[in-house]
Amino acid sequence: MNAPIISSRRDILRYAGAAGALIIAAPLASCARRAKLEQDAPPPALEWFEGEIGPFVVINADETIVIGSPNPEMGQGVDTSLPMLVAEELEVDFDKVRMVQMPLGLKTGDDGEITWKHVPQGSGGSTSIPENWEALRRAGALARTLLVAAAAERFGVPVAELTAANGVVTHEGTGRSASYGALAQEAAAIAPPAEAPALKPRSRFRIIGKPQKMKNARAIVTGRAVYGIDATLPGMLHAVMERCPYFDGTAISVDDSAARAVDGVVDVVKVRRPPLDGPYDVQAEGYAVVATSLWAAMKGRRALRIEWDHGPYADESSESFKRHCADLLSGAGRIARHDGDFDAAFAGAAETYEATYWEPYVSHAPLEPQNALADVRADAVTIIAPTQTPSSCNRMVAAALGRERLDVKVLPTRLGGGFGRRLSNDYAVEAALISQAVAKPVKLLWTREDDLQHDFYRPAGMHELKAAFNDAGELTGWTHRLASASKYYRREGLPEDEYWTSEFWDDDFPANMTPNYRLEYFSARSGAPRGSWRAPAHTANAFVVQSFLNEIAHRRGEDPLALRLRLLGEPREIPYKNHGGPVFNPGRLAACLKLAAEKGAYGEKTPPGRGRGIAGHFTFGGYCAQVVDVEVDGDGRLKTTRVVAAVDIGSVVNPNGVIAQLESGVNDGLSTALRLAIEIEGGRVTTSNFDTYPLMKIADAPPVIETHIIDNGDAPSGMGEMGIPPLAPALAHAIFEATGKRIRTLPIADQLRA
Amino acid sequence: MPQLKVNGRRVDYAGDPDMPLLWFLREEQGLTGVKFGCGAALCGACTVHVDGAAVRSCVTPMASVEGASVTTIEGLSDGETLHPVQEAWLEEDVAQCGYCQAGQIMAVAAFLEKTPDPTDADIDDGLTNICRCGTYHRLRKGVHRAAALRAGRAS
Ligand code: FES
Ligand code: FES
Repeated sequence: MNAPIISSRRDILRYAGAAGALIIAAPLASCARRAKLEQDAPPPALEWFEGEIGPFVVINADETIVIGSPNPEMGQGVDTSLPMLVAEELEVDFDKVRMVQMPLGLKTGDDGEITWKHVPQGSGGSTSIPENWEALRRAGALARTLLVAAAAERFGVPVAELTAANGVVTHEGTGRSASYGALAQEAAAIAPPAEAPALKPRSRFRIIGKPQKMKNARAIVTGRAVYGIDATLPGMLHAVMERCPYFDGTAISVDDSAARAVDGVVDVVKVRRPPLDGPYDVQAEGYAVVATSLWAAMKGRRALRIEWDHGPYADESSESFKRHCADLLSGAGRIARHDGDFDAAFAGAAETYEATYWEPYVSHAPLEPQNALADVRADAVTIIAPTQTPSSCNRMVAAALGRERLDVKVLPTRLGGGFGRRLSNDYAVEAALISQAVAKPVKLLWTREDDLQHDFYRPAGMHELKAAFNDAGELTGWTHRLASASKYYRREGLPEDEYWTSEFWDDDFPANMTPNYRLEYFSARSGAPRGSWRAPAHTANAFVVQSFLNEIAHRRGEDPLALRLRLLGEPREIPYKNHGGPVFNPGRLAACLKLAAEKGAYGEKTPPGRGRGIAGHFTFGGYCAQVVDVEVDGDGRLKTTRVVAAVDIGSVVNPNGVIAQLESGVNDGLSTALRLAIEIEGGRVTTSNFDTYPLMKIADAPPVIETHIIDNGDAPSGMGEMGIPPLAPALAHAIFEATGKRIRTLPIADQLRA
Repeated sequence: MPQLKVNGRRVDYAGDPDMPLLWFLREEQGLTGVKFGCGAALCGACTVHVDGAAVRSCVTPMASVEGASVTTIEGLSDGETLHPVQEAWLEEDVAQCGYCQAGQIMAVAAFLEKTPDPTDADIDDGLTNICRCGTYHRLRKGVHRAAALRAGRAS
């Protein structure tokens, strides 16, 4: 009865979202053929989800429940874990729930500024769960309250006499009941209550805390999940783009006549370079070949003849940058933090230790290359793209086109990986500029070479650490001197003096655990674009700090775990003002270290050629320790045989998702430590594809990864990043135990070869 | 006009013989389950079966598949009945972002035809597709599970 109205309204939303256009994954030209190929299955579609019972919930007459997932899914599992929060309070069977990615929701706030329509919608910084923990449970409770109110009206009974469970509202006294599906339309018409409904206590959770498998897995294993690269719009053209390979370079001459002569090529569009002193909007000057087919665009690109000038960084190479960092470290830098007097502590120490480490530029390399579909029209702009930050995508596209933000609609698709690369929306801005130029919808596709050569790389840098101990064996001083290319350069309004703030988190361990503590930063010059790489500065700093501790322990004849535990001390809350704060509890990290050590049999003697290492780190509110086992044969071939991890992220929403993210972090950390580095020569990146950027394959992945979860009931922190930082230092420690070789330079590459 | 079979259906192709099979499948057949990762036979995201063998379609020119029978992830299941590898992938909850998984599944399906009961060493030697999300731990379990399901269905 009611249902057809609801579903037709939704159909309108679904098909009218993109400026009146139907969005499907199949190109129109081949629709008929496609229909024959897959007789029964409709083409996978992108939906412009809009909630009907509150912002996140749609209930159909057939009792299927659709929950909107506000944050982009990139493999971190939010399209399962976030709807779990809604479903818990909604009181429905989670198996009946279908998830849909929500489009970006923005509105004009009371102060006239653009703000979130419902909740923040980004995926980055491990914030999806902590930010939505309350908000989405409240959304579920609101929808349930409205359904119950609808039943109360229908039955003519007080709300208090009704119970909602398993998608049905029941009146115990009369035995009457109505399903959510039957109540949906009435519920949608009820005004939300002034007061937010109360939330369940933890003891009554039925869904939260129980392992759930990934919701959209069937679509993935049948090839029907829709990623950005799969999205299409009617009348869409294809674009590929040749960008200046030299950092901040520009074209000297361009001959596009051969490209334009390629059958199917419609236009060649210049995309201007980014501002040189402000934030990037696009990454490099380039020439986009626009064609009626992707293949024609690719052929056209090959026919472009462009001479580039080599730009202001023409002399930069990987080697020159490393020398530059070493030179900087011989001078004095910006003191980012200084407690007590480190120099005095060092001079007066009973024992001192020093070591220098090097970490290269690395690339995000999500497996789905960058792409974006843009439809820029006079009355509206639509962007469909794999983005971690749909709101900044909206802001940047609006700015580049000179449009109002509310005129720019953004639909994030499922992402074929993010890792921080898709916090930047340069590819969406490119697509928008190209679409504007040709006045047609345009899908822009990057190749893998484009991706590896035009990334926002994790900063490379040289770290020098020194520590002082007194007679009693206490840590009396610690300094960390870092020369690196900060990712905060080109930040609007941020002076160079503050560039350290992205590379040091100044409350990180062992800050606040030694009286004399100094952080010193040297801002290195490099043309390579930099950005946030999964767990940003934590990956670099955990490697050096934890490796240094292992070296110190060895030289003191002390066990590395014991040294850590005594430095961490008793459980207590220490102020932590960086992201992941406001407090750091060393006791929770110690508990993870102890648990990983126990489960991983840390301390047991290993046979020759084998080694076991340990490390732990606090990342964005989560605590993680890992014990890594390796085998190194006579030829220096390394095999990581086991990783045992302990994690504490407060409350766990989806234990299965936590384990998956831990496994992902371990493999990402290992892959990166083994062989990954971006090479620079002549002012450009020379690394070009997976032959020179060899992401790890299954043969090198540990056959055993164990995850032990400490669920202490605190408010949850996120899991997407904290699995990485402990891996590299624990691995380096295990290698030292197996071979006696210290890894102070990443990647490991062939350092173990005899 | 040159023909080939795609997921059991005869299709014509009269275009550029140099165009990789990947783009024919994705752009002209709408079979977007086949993914682009590197374009250089280095990652396996584009793996399909050509006459039963796993090939990387990004480096397979259309000229080389004339008369061949191509199966993509969309054609792997038997209607609603999933292929054992797909089934095992659901049981072990392998996917994260999922982008590599169609290629992984196609590679594993072909691998199990030749190596029905693989050891871990066989897996290390025989499977070279990249998963950037690092799902290898579950992927390995998935391969063993698929081998068991396959054996079960055969018996
Ligand atoms: S896209 Fe074909 S192997 Fe990578
Ligand atoms: S699941 Fe993301 S690349 Fe494999």
